[in-house]
Amino acid sequence: MKDDPTRKPETTSGVSRRDFMKISGVGVALPLVLGPKMVEAAGEEVAVHGPGKVPVALTVNGKKLSAQLEPRVTLLDALRDNFDLTGAKRVCDRGVCGACTVLMDGKTVYACAVLAIDAQGKNITTIEGLAKGDALTPVMQAFVAHDAQQCGFCTPGFIVATTHFLEQHPNPNAEDIRRGLSGNYCRCGTYNGIRAVALAKPEGRAS
Amino acid sequence: MRPFEYVSPTNKEQVATLLGEYGSILAGGTDLLALMKDDVVAPQRLVNIKHIDQLRGVTYQPGNGLRVGALTTIAEFAEDANVRRVYPVLADAAHEVASPQIRNLATIGGNMCQRPRCWYFRNGIGLMAKTPDGKSMVLEGDNRYAAILGNAGPAYFVSPSTLAPVLIALGAKIRLYSAKAAGSGVRELPLEEFFVIPKSEHELEHDLKPGEMVIEIVVPPPSQNLKAASYEVRQRAAFDWPLAQASAALEMDGSTVKSARVVLGHVAPIPWISPEAAQALVGKSISPETAMVAANAAVAQAKPLSHNKYKITLAKAAVKRAILGAAGQSTGGAA
Amino acid sequence: MSEYTWPDPATRPLLGKRISRVDGPVKASGRAKYTYDYNPNGLLAGKILRCPHAHARIVSIDSSAAEKMAGVKAVKVLQTPGTEIFWAGDEVVAVAAVDESTAEDAIRAIKVQYEVLPHFVSDAEPPKNIGVNNGPISRDDFEDMEDNQVPDEQVIAAIKANGISFKPDDKYLKDAQASGVDPQVVEALRSAKYAEGKTSRSPYKKTAVQKQGDPDKAFTSAAAVSEGFYGASCITHCCLETHGMASEWPTDKDLVVHVSTQNLSGIAPQVSEPLGIPAGNIQVLQQYIGGGFGSKFSPDRWGIATAQLSKAAGGKPVKIMLERDAEQEVAGMRPSGFARVKIAADKDGKLVAWESRSWGTGGMGGGGTPPLPYIFEIPNQRKQHIAISTNQGSARAWRAPNHPQAAVITMTAIEDLAAKMNMDPVDLITRNLELTGPREKIYRDELPIAAELMEWKKKWHPRGDKSAGPIKRGLGLSLHTWGGRGHNSDCDLTIHPDGSVEIKMATQDLGTGCRTIITIVAADTLGIPLDNIKLLIGDSRYPVSGASGGSTTSGGVTSSTRRAAVDARDQLFAKVAPALKAQPKELEAVNATVRVKSDPSRSLRWKEACAKIGAMPMTIRGKNPDKSKPPDLTNSGVGGVQMADVSVDTETGIVRVNKMVAVQDCGLVVDVKTAESQVLGALIMGISYALYEEKILDPVSGRMLNPNMEFYRLAGIADIGEMKVHMMIGKGYDERGVIGLAEPPVISPGAAISNAIANAIGVRVPFLPLTPARVLEALENGGTHATV
Repeated sequence: MKDDPTRKPETTSGVSRRDFMKISGVGVALPLVLGPKMVEAAGEEVAVHGPGKVPVALTVNGKKLSAQLEPRVTLLDALRDNFDLTGAKRVCDRGVCGACTVLMDGKTVYACAVLAIDAQGKNITTIEGLAKGDALTPVMQAFVAHDAQQCGFCTPGFIVATTHFLEQHPNPNAEDIRRGLSGNYCRCGTYNGIRAVALAKPEGRAS
Repeated sequence: MRPFEYVSPTNKEQVATLLGEYGSILAGGTDLLALMKDDVVAPQRLVNIKHIDQLRGVTYQPGNGLRVGALTTIAEFAEDANVRRVYPVLADAAHEVASPQIRNLATIGGNMCQRPRCWYFRNGIGLMAKTPDGKSMVLEGDNRYAAILGNAGPAYFVSPSTLAPVLIALGAKIRLYSAKAAGSGVRELPLEEFFVIPKSEHELEHDLKPGEMVIEIVVPPPSQNLKAASYEVRQRAAFDWPLAQASAALEMDGSTVKSARVVLGHVAPIPWISPEAAQALVGKSISPETAMVAANAAVAQAKPLSHNKYKITLAKAAVKRAILGAAGQSTGGAA
Repeated sequence: MSEYTWPDPATRPLLGKRISRVDGPVKASGRAKYTYDYNPNGLLAGKILRCPHAHARIVSIDSSAAEKMAGVKAVKVLQTPGTEIFWAGDEVVAVAAVDESTAEDAIRAIKVQYEVLPHFVSDAEPPKNIGVNNGPISRDDFEDMEDNQVPDEQVIAAIKANGISFKPDDKYLKDAQASGVDPQVVEALRSAKYAEGKTSRSPYKKTAVQKQGDPDKAFTSAAAVSEGFYGASCITHCCLETHGMASEWPTDKDLVVHVSTQNLSGIAPQVSEPLGIPAGNIQVLQQYIGGGFGSKFSPDRWGIATAQLSKAAGGKPVKIMLERDAEQEVAGMRPSGFARVKIAADKDGKLVAWESRSWGTGGMGGGGTPPLPYIFEIPNQRKQHIAISTNQGSARAWRAPNHPQAAVITMTAIEDLAAKMNMDPVDLITRNLELTGPREKIYRDELPIAAELMEWKKKWHPRGDKSAGPIKRGLGLSLHTWGGRGHNSDCDLTIHPDGSVEIKMATQDLGTGCRTIITIVAADTLGIPLDNIKLLIGDSRYPVSGASGGSTTSGGVTSSTRRAAVDARDQLFAKVAPALKAQPKELEAVNATVRVKSDPSRSLRWKEACAKIGAMPMTIRGKNPDKSKPPDLTNSGVGGVQMADVSVDTETGIVRVNKMVAVQDCGLVVDVKTAESQVLGALIMGISYALYEEKILDPVSGRMLNPNMEFYRLAGIADIGEMKVHMMIGKGYDERGVIGLAEPPVISPGAAISNAIANAIGVRVPFLPLTPARVLEALENGGTHATV
């Protein structure tokens, strides 16, 4: 931690024990944050951020989180490396596989295809934010009941995608599933169970 | 990814200045970030245009047609009530683009500007990759997904947009803007003219001048007698690059074709307009036989490379099915 | 003597039922922590510089700029100048830095010069005249020529013209003649001019021709002979969690590693040797793994590098997870397998003769040899396999090594033969089941069940769907087998005086349900609920259990757990018996009570019973195998039948799977739910490799062209069709004991789908993946040849 103060997130609520361990010492370790460089374009001053680390503030699962990040850090890497929200997985890292699926302002996106700095001002929901506490959401329960997971690495992304999909398609048919759940890949081959989950129509996002 | 500066202007007049010589426009980011991670491009500055509200919105006026702001996401476009009502072929095509997660991020402007998927290009060997002795790697190597039309070289990649062929079939225009350009700074082109076949590694496959950006797509109002459809041949049922695509827009006069536009996708370095196929349809009524004649005409000039002859067959099937689909006839396909 | 035998179906509260996996909730909630997720304070990010050339020699490495960069904590050269690199993507230098971006910048700052050498990446059919070249003829070259039946006069001419670069002794010459080499060729060798110098390094390595019976005679007298070309291209494992490891040194003698592995108990020995520290000083940890499929048994060079980098960085944790492109390019592939096959049957459809010339590549090592002909012990055979060395990352075990290739070569040839004889392939196969040896009865049981689930009789038609329109539909089938005997496994089961039960085992759950079946066996034996058991796996400090490979885990961990649980229960009975005024053997543990069998009213609740243990917990070690505690609780040799129903668009070559049926035996099914999932998953993986997956190597650069998940296509949710799985359960199967299930069901899908396509379109698409290009080419030229 001494080497990289930016790994410490600041949170305003819901501080877990682990979060607390990471936060402690923020005050002494964070370097003085300098304002961004300003350039003039079309008669207005525009702030230029980076290429070094800049303060990035995100709203994730209803919490304000912030870190010092280079502009090149993706939302996925910020979630995983800086905020220890590791439910979203890095698998292809090229916006194909869906393992990093999160909700951004209520819509599914690949967190690997979004820059963290560009996600500021958006409401981000990760798999960790779908369930309240230890209780599983109906969709998660359905994944367990239909055994729609094996190794589990694609599962969080698939559950975020399925949750959003069922909100949009409360009574999905095969064509809806084809278009709506094809953004996630599974290697173990759990699609039969996931299709059963979608057709079973578990209701509601909340646990 | 290499380090870069990041700016988020709020009006389009700022963009050209901010881009400078080594900047890139960041919109949806689904293509650009992947290119940067693969070190295929390394802009020193990203100009995030998503805070420029002037580039948003989809509007439709019966007299003027559809105006689609460059920042409209593919999902917004596919779900727009006017698009669905007036241009169902566009809504359907947009619905088939990539995956929901991509459709929620990617923009119409970005869809026009996305770079080719050619694996030599994506693996960092170059858009016109050459062997050490100066031969084309695509010709010498594995070209199973490469172009069958417009492939005189040195470009052999295929244009990746599946929306462009549909838009072009419908007579869409693209509006570009640069604060550094003369006059209003706006340049309007028929969409097909926006796509060019580059002749060297340093050229782009788009007619974008330095500092210029896509601001809008304009689709003319469809005539009452327009029938249009698009067909994609995809190996997987969803979320896959088409191996061939065709879009057909038929202006009908009763049961016969008055004029037609047939545009192929994923078979040439640009969306490929086939006047031959269109001509074959004029004055005819649509049947599997006339559709097949047009399909054969569409690929008459096709030239297979060592590993992609099958794409000629696929292109033919796509053209035939797009035409039959436009006429509301069974395509017989869709396994 | 305790009774370890698996309990009777009537007395199994949990075993053989349909139970949700015990780690389902932690995975579904995103809380499961994988190696990739290991993220301690102060973690350093490791990255690897990889060779971009398929074959090269390192000339120089300059990492000075990287070493000076702020945030870079360690740089380790993994292969030094002068080293020959044999595949693109091989590791050259590793760095550790404060974050990934810095590590990436550091990698970019390292300058490596290579001397680029010629590469060879083709697994196309070995030419008939392989081995003929202008230099002196090496032993490999000579044997290639012989194996490939180069005409004797050509061989003699080549030997005379070029000389030979090896010195055949009398024994060699005698053996050569004995194995069928023409005496004149042997004489040419004997008198050949020895030419020192460059031996040609042929990429082709062959097994000797294997012959049994009299194939020539059998072919001559056969009623029907079919010839064909079949095979499957190289594919990758494409684990979603890439390979990787994190290392840290709490002291300079003790190493802790987190690793994504199928081989938790086997990692420390492999790490200790290169690092020169005692294996006992290494703790290996892993709770969850995002896929292995046979590719994750070793710590790999990058894993060792994390330990070296960590050491150099003062012991701080260093993690390297492969990038997706490296995962695809170097971290595992399944060898290709192709063959030209001739197969014959008598007038009753009995298989009488087989001849095959097969080949394939598994990287530099050449790859394995598919067991041909698969399943059927055809009486007259002649076969030979040629392994091709190619400049690509080496093959690793891929679910059921060699079997999918063998199935896709054999079951297709049989189907073609059936078509030639105008026979229903189910009929032809049924007539030949006695050639399947010990599995005959299993297949005889399974075939009718599969046929009924598929409605085969109703839907099957002779080859070539004659219905109008471009869409043709067809059915195909395939059979498979696998071993699956349980591996060595130790299990410690502890009963605490408060009634809680704890199990420790240094095993791993790959998503197969390993945790679930251990828990089921223990809870079933002890008569307590699943959640009464705390299962601890994933730590090398627990009792040793085997690697999860070859479907050996289920049989191993359930057997050791059963023995531990039976012993623990019986020892508990001994402590409890006096209180229940009974003999220990009169007791039973059911419904969370310990009670007298003959008088259930005399009972103690589980907790009360456990309180009789005394103050100290009681730990029992169970083992597998354990001859002192019979019977053998695991077994080997399963059978499975699969059928596919596909539609083919003959204008585009696009194939859609309408339905797959799998009927599968695995002895005693411990958990029907997870077992079915395993089979369903295998069917889906099978659809994926049958239609989409291919590791595409560029002939020009020698590099993998699709080291991603975009053009390395996996099947998606819309590609799978309807699926029906039937597990063989009950008499004849239960009593066989527990047999692993991970490999067998993934063997047949490729062959079944290929056969269904042939049935639909009337011609054979020779090899997998069955892409539109190949389907169209087969339609065009009758399926005899394929170029793409």
